[in-house]
Amino acid sequence: MERYDVIVIGGGNAAICAAISARHRVSRVVVIERAPQGMRGGNTRHTRNIRCAHSHADQFFSGPYSEDEVFDDLVQVTGGPANVDLAKFTIRESRKLPQWMSEHGIHWQSPLTGTLHLGRTNRFFLGGGKALLNSYYDTARRMGISVRYNAFVEDLLIEGSHFDGVVVKEGDKREIVRGRAAVVAAGGFEANLQWLKQFWGDAADNFIVRGTPYNDGTILANLLQKRAKPTGDPKGFHAIAVDARAPKFDGGIVTRLDSIPFGIVVNQLARRFYDEGEDIWPKRYAIWGSLIARQPEQIAYSILDSKTINCFLPPMFRPYKADSLAELAAALKLDPKTFTETVNSYNQAAAGNDGLKIQMLDGTRTRGLEPSKSNWAVPIDKPPFYGLPLRPGITFTYMGLTVDETARIIDLSGRPFTNLFAAGEIMMGNILTKGYLGGFGLTIGSVFGEIAGREAAFCAKA
Amino acid sequence: MQKLELFVEAGRQLTICNACRYCEGYCPVFRAIESRREFSQGDVLYLAHLCHDCRACFYACMYEPPHEFAINIPQVMSNIRIASYQAWSWPEACARAFADRRIGFALAAFAATAIVVLSVLLVTPSRLFAKEHPVSGFYDVIPYPAMVVPGLALFCYGIAIWVRGGARFWTEMGRALASADRFKAFVRTMLDAFGLPYLKGGGPGCYYPNERPSAIRRICHGLVFWGFLSGLVSTTLAFIYQDVLHLFPPYPLESAPVCFGIICGVSLIAGTGALIFLKAKSDRIPSGEGASTMDLVFILTLGLTAFTGMLILAFRSTVAMGSLLVIHLACVAALFLTAPYGKFVHGVYRFLALLRYNSEDSTHTASTSL
Repeated sequence: MERYDVIVIGGGNAAICAAISARHRVSRVVVIERAPQGMRGGNTRHTRNIRCAHSHADQFFSGPYSEDEVFDDLVQVTGGPANVDLAKFTIRESRKLPQWMSEHGIHWQSPLTGTLHLGRTNRFFLGGGKALLNSYYDTARRMGISVRYNAFVEDLLIEGSHFDGVVVKEGDKREIVRGRAAVVAAGGFEANLQWLKQFWGDAADNFIVRGTPYNDGTILANLLQKRAKPTGDPKGFHAIAVDARAPKFDGGIVTRLDSIPFGIVVNQLARRFYDEGEDIWPKRYAIWGSLIARQPEQIAYSILDSKTINCFLPPMFRPYKADSLAELAAALKLDPKTFTETVNSYNQAAAGNDGLKIQMLDGTRTRGLEPSKSNWAVPIDKPPFYGLPLRPGITFTYMGLTVDETARIIDLSGRPFTNLFAAGEIMMGNILTKGYLGGFGLTIGSVFGEIAGREAAFCAKA
Repeated sequence: MQKLELFVEAGRQLTICNACRYCEGYCPVFRAIESRREFSQGDVLYLAHLCHDCRACFYACMYEPPHEFAINIPQVMSNIRIASYQAWSWPEACARAFADRRIGFALAAFAATAIVVLSVLLVTPSRLFAKEHPVSGFYDVIPYPAMVVPGLALFCYGIAIWVRGGARFWTEMGRALASADRFKAFVRTMLDAFGLPYLKGGGPGCYYPNERPSAIRRICHGLVFWGFLSGLVSTTLAFIYQDVLHLFPPYPLESAPVCFGIICGVSLIAGTGALIFLKAKSDRIPSGEGASTMDLVFILTLGLTAFTGMLILAFRSTVAMGSLLVIHLACVAALFLTAPYGKFVHGVYRFLALLRYNSEDSTHTASTSL
């Protein structure tokens, strides 16, 4: 069989951007996607906006957002990127993205309501990530890019530092597909609970994976075995609080809960364990996944009353509801005595507080309570009472492959592979070390997808 | 209304949509969802008729089947619409017949009317096949009262059931109107109904017949809608010519009633033909149970009415005129007779839903606190 110019492993945003970018330069490009067509696109399915630097407001950005400001935001939430140059490079390149995306079929919309006020910094694509993928795949089809679905890349054929092909399994059939260059954009390993168990033990059984079940890290593991250089904390992941009744995989956006700052959160022992009002929610939602992951049985409960139950975006699952604290404890299978004590001592510490202003740090705090609640601390005293069960919902893992500015994968000795590139979640650890900046994963995927596709095409032509 | 499980299912899906909101940019349904936390039967009915079936949300949804959330908003909205068409029309027996065996009912209506008209004609069979009708044209074949009285009766019958259904819909939607400017709301609704902006899928087009957005359905719907309106204009003008100006048909080709009639005929034939073609190719997964049959009956009846009308124009000075006129009138009768039970009614409910939306629009912006 004839050799492809560029093989793209993966089917999400970074992969399809790489394929399109490569196809502008060479003719034989194939996307090898593990998922069936209806589930294509990895975690991109669940995205909805992209963060880009820009100098002016326009129809879809409510104001300017300079490169320096993006970088500052990145530093603030992540504590500083792993590779500062690469981060700055990504931010600089992000300026070109809206136009590149529009040229390849992406439609935009005004910012959504209830989206943590991202209208200035992030650009929303019409209909969300799956619509974005549909547009890109349609563009790919028109450009003559081959796409193979249900095709699982088991192994990469690499000699020395040279990529030669992949072993693809489709159903029971195995086949070697050869290419002149490859882009790996196959995501992280957050859906591989066995892998997570190496670090988290049995606690990993209680984690919920918010995105695609196909990100099991096969390609990442394969390349690490072949002397690719890792980057990022191997046990690190980004996780938020999701409803404990969410499906194990692929629950996406609808299972997240924004109720935490409006009440208190107790663990399975019916005790509080962290300041629910530490900072405004857009800055704190991302820490609750790992906080809950460290609690007994990896579960917690957000407790509210009738004053606050309608203050946040409506949840997918109905909250547990009871007329008394003891009944709510019973419904949540918590010890009623401890639970009532916890709520009562919180109420005493918050006595006299009312009228929470959620848009800002309102300074309405508890007095003499440990841990304290620093803002929005109003008593939970107006029945019916409500409870929402929370579990850690993993969005992605940080550890990935080290790359340079051409998206080329670097080996353990610090030398690049000649014709092997990476884009997207699989190399995000070069930039993100912890925390997350909303919409920036897609920025990294798009910037490096475009570059990886281009560089792979140059290799194929050489 | 019956079919409780439909409302439960719609409520389940809408609750998930409300937690997601990715489709907000597509259409008013999602913006209306956001101003609610619970979905009563009235809310579901309102949202179902507000839905234009552009299907953008279906293809954009990461929770569509086989995902376990199994979201299919266009389908569940279509199912609700069909159930409500039946529930709000009258008499029940006709509504049920139409719901169960739509094509059969339409054909029966067609045949029955044809027979009635024919039997009237049997009195003067010679006129049916006459080569020339020198004095009073069409009325030489079918006497004026025989044409107008049943026609008007059917027309009034249809309108009466529409009004009754519309009133029931308005009541069932519940919730009092927000104190919006009613005149402004009405004007916006007229623009929404005549321009169909919500068949644009938020910009790129309606996702019909498949996952690639296109303007084709909106164009076809426009052809049918405006074609139908020019038909009404043509009929009204003919009425004025005859009863005010005392000019009797047939009118010359360049006369206003005939010009409008030709516009009507051509655009209806083109529009319905294209819609039938698109329907045959369309993705069935986002469509409601029985929706296709119901749509097809309506489009076919409309198309046939236009087609036979054009045939009359083409052959009005031949022996075929008499027979064609009978067939055409039978088509018109079938259209009127099925109007209160079939797809035709969607215009009434869609308009009311849009009116409701435009009346409460001010509440859609300040929906969430976070």
